[in-house]
Amino acid sequence: MDKVMSNRLVAALYVLPALLLLLVLVYIPIVLTGYYGLMQWDGIGAMTFIGLDNYTRLLQDSTFWQSANHTFLLALFSALSLIGYLMIALVLSGKIKGANLFRKIYLIPMLLSSVAIAQLWLKIYHPSNGVLNTFLEAIGFSNPPAWLAEPSLVLYALFVPILWQYAGFYILIYYAALKNIPESLVEAARIDGANPWQIAFRIKLPLITEVIKVTVVLAVVGSLKYFDLIYVMTDGGPNGSSEVMASYMYRQAFRSFDFGYGSAVGFFLLLICLVVTWLLRKATASKDTIEYS
Amino acid sequence: MSKKTLAMLLSWTLVLAVILSGCSSTGSGGGSESGSNGSGEGGTTDGKVTLKFMHLWPAGSSAQQNKLVNDIIQQYQTDNPNVTIKQEVLENEQYKNKLKILSASNELPDVGVTWAAGFLEPYVKGNLFAPLDELLNGSLGEKFIAGTTEAYAVDSKTYALPIELNISPIYYNKAIFAKYNLQPPATYDEFLNVLKTLTENGEVPIALGNKDRWTGSLWYMYLANRVGGDALEKAISGSGKFEDPALTQAAAEVQKLVDMNAFNKGFNGLSNDEGKSEFMNEKAAMYLMGTWELPNFTTNPDIPQEFKDKVGFFKFPTIDGGKGDINSWVGGPGVGLFVAQNSKVKEEAQKFVQYFVEKWGESSVTEAGVIPATKVDTAAVQLPQLYIDLLNELNQASSLTLFADVQMKPAAAQVHLDMIQALFGKAVTPEDFVKNHQAAIDKGN
Repeated sequence: MDKVMSNRLVAALYVLPALLLLLVLVYIPIVLTGYYGLMQWDGIGAMTFIGLDNYTRLLQDSTFWQSANHTFLLALFSALSLIGYLMIALVLSGKIKGANLFRKIYLIPMLLSSVAIAQLWLKIYHPSNGVLNTFLEAIGFSNPPAWLAEPSLVLYALFVPILWQYAGFYILIYYAALKNIPESLVEAARIDGANPWQIAFRIKLPLITEVIKVTVVLAVVGSLKYFDLIYVMTDGGPNGSSEVMASYMYRQAFRSFDFGYGSAVGFFLLLICLVVTWLLRKATASKDTIEYS
Repeated sequence: MSKKTLAMLLSWTLVLAVILSGCSSTGSGGGSESGSNGSGEGGTTDGKVTLKFMHLWPAGSSAQQNKLVNDIIQQYQTDNPNVTIKQEVLENEQYKNKLKILSASNELPDVGVTWAAGFLEPYVKGNLFAPLDELLNGSLGEKFIAGTTEAYAVDSKTYALPIELNISPIYYNKAIFAKYNLQPPATYDEFLNVLKTLTENGEVPIALGNKDRWTGSLWYMYLANRVGGDALEKAISGSGKFEDPALTQAAAEVQKLVDMNAFNKGFNGLSNDEGKSEFMNEKAAMYLMGTWELPNFTTNPDIPQEFKDKVGFFKFPTIDGGKGDINSWVGGPGVGLFVAQNSKVKEEAQKFVQYFVEKWGESSVTEAGVIPATKVDTAAVQLPQLYIDLLNELNQASSLTLFADVQMKPAAAQVHLDMIQALFGKAVTPEDFVKNHQAAIDKGN
């Protein structure tokens, strides 16, 4: 077996199918998107080559920058919420009663499709008979806001279900990582007289730094390309106050029939994702990773 | 979790993944078959024809129309046993998106539904729709109400046949009006008075779901018409300017209505369906919408008769000193049927379109309660009063203004819709509202 595997040709054969799929389904479309970004194209008729016009237009497009701003806010909130998820996972991984039940509760949103979540939260946020406003009125607020129609609130109102949707995912990752830490290390620390706080912050967290780094990248990049809940719940409105980069790209391509410009936005989004990922890797790189032996 | 259970879990996930991927591959196989164009196996092998028909009347939200479509298809298949018609049904917004995606890959269904004017134009310019003038030259031509097919013509060729004709009245709840001794208003001042009375009594005057944007556009279009006559149409076609004071005034009027709390709370975050439900649940007194909603107020068996009896309508009131008269309506032909240019079974598709338009014209009135684009013999059938009244209004109409987002080309239409939402949300001044429109129209796409 080892001999077969060490044969380069065989190894190449094994890698090839996946590589081909990846090329056709991922890399070629990326290149094409960049190419379409150089065109003026309504998606139906002939394409006209216009060079970098779409990209220069992009740099001066205030609506695009507004949506980019919203996207970065979402990324920031997603990254910050990781701290909360980590705390929950720390508690759950300790020996507390009902940990199993809580784990399931946190995981349930992950089982729902985005559209189902959107519908659920649309009901919650409904301005007159939504659960939230009915509750607020019951406890004495006479005129609670229409959450999804208020330009200054809508973005934050959307962040809640988005973060709620992914909570289970990150908690599960942290939980699995924490559970992977050998009990003997915690035991040893306890015998040395470390209190639970010290065990958490001096022993457990350093041991799962690699996992934390990965989740930060996942959360940030995931937020940069986020689309579905926002599309279903507000369609970027009102007046673009919940528009993010991905929904703006969609609107340009499929609503305004401007596939060239839409592609340019998409390609730009890809570049931003790459740069941010690179920066994050750079910022969190450490030479000596701690491992349990 | 012990290592053993973890390993178990992982292996189960693997098994599941294999099973699921098996499922999805057969699933997508089926999907791609139905998604592909009526060519290949669907072509005319040994006289058998498969027609792909994509439409936007789902059984859920357009029950009456859906039933009618199914009846027509069934009848057609019995009359033409060699033809099988495959339906693909999507909801309005999804339909529009899918149509664009299918166009980009040149895989349009043999027969599909399209809107008129600016919506249709890119498809015609992209050589995707087949001209249907031949059908019009035959007996079918005389059946259409004058002026309905013109909206589907580009460079004097007709590319789709209309099946609906719509006008947009303001529906109102008679019970709520009676409670406060209100009469359907004929002038704008009376209308404002109705609004005032309702809000003072804690009622919501108007149901509106403006997340969809075109809903608010109806209000703006009427105000623009009542103040400035055909100023809006002129501005859109380029023979006038958006800076026309009438169009600015109409925009200012919209914001006045918003300030009066004329619309239900949070309208900019609600879809049209959510807005409509405010009216259907009798939480709002008025609702401005096209006559495609008529089945819900007349024939739809799912709506309680008690509510249907309460629904009346009135024409958008005239404004003192304005140029528009009360009999000019926002409306026009709704959707029409097209035949794909690259369809392998074009002739069969055209035959089906002709059959569909005729049958739809005969039965849509009685069965679906919608107004067809073909002439209706009202004497021969028993119809709900609301329906007859609106049909009479249609016959007396002095002008029909086609929906603004349909009149405009896609990019400008998008600006219009965004501006409408901004206007209702008071995020833009009436002056900037018209300025942005003019800029979008000047760009010409």
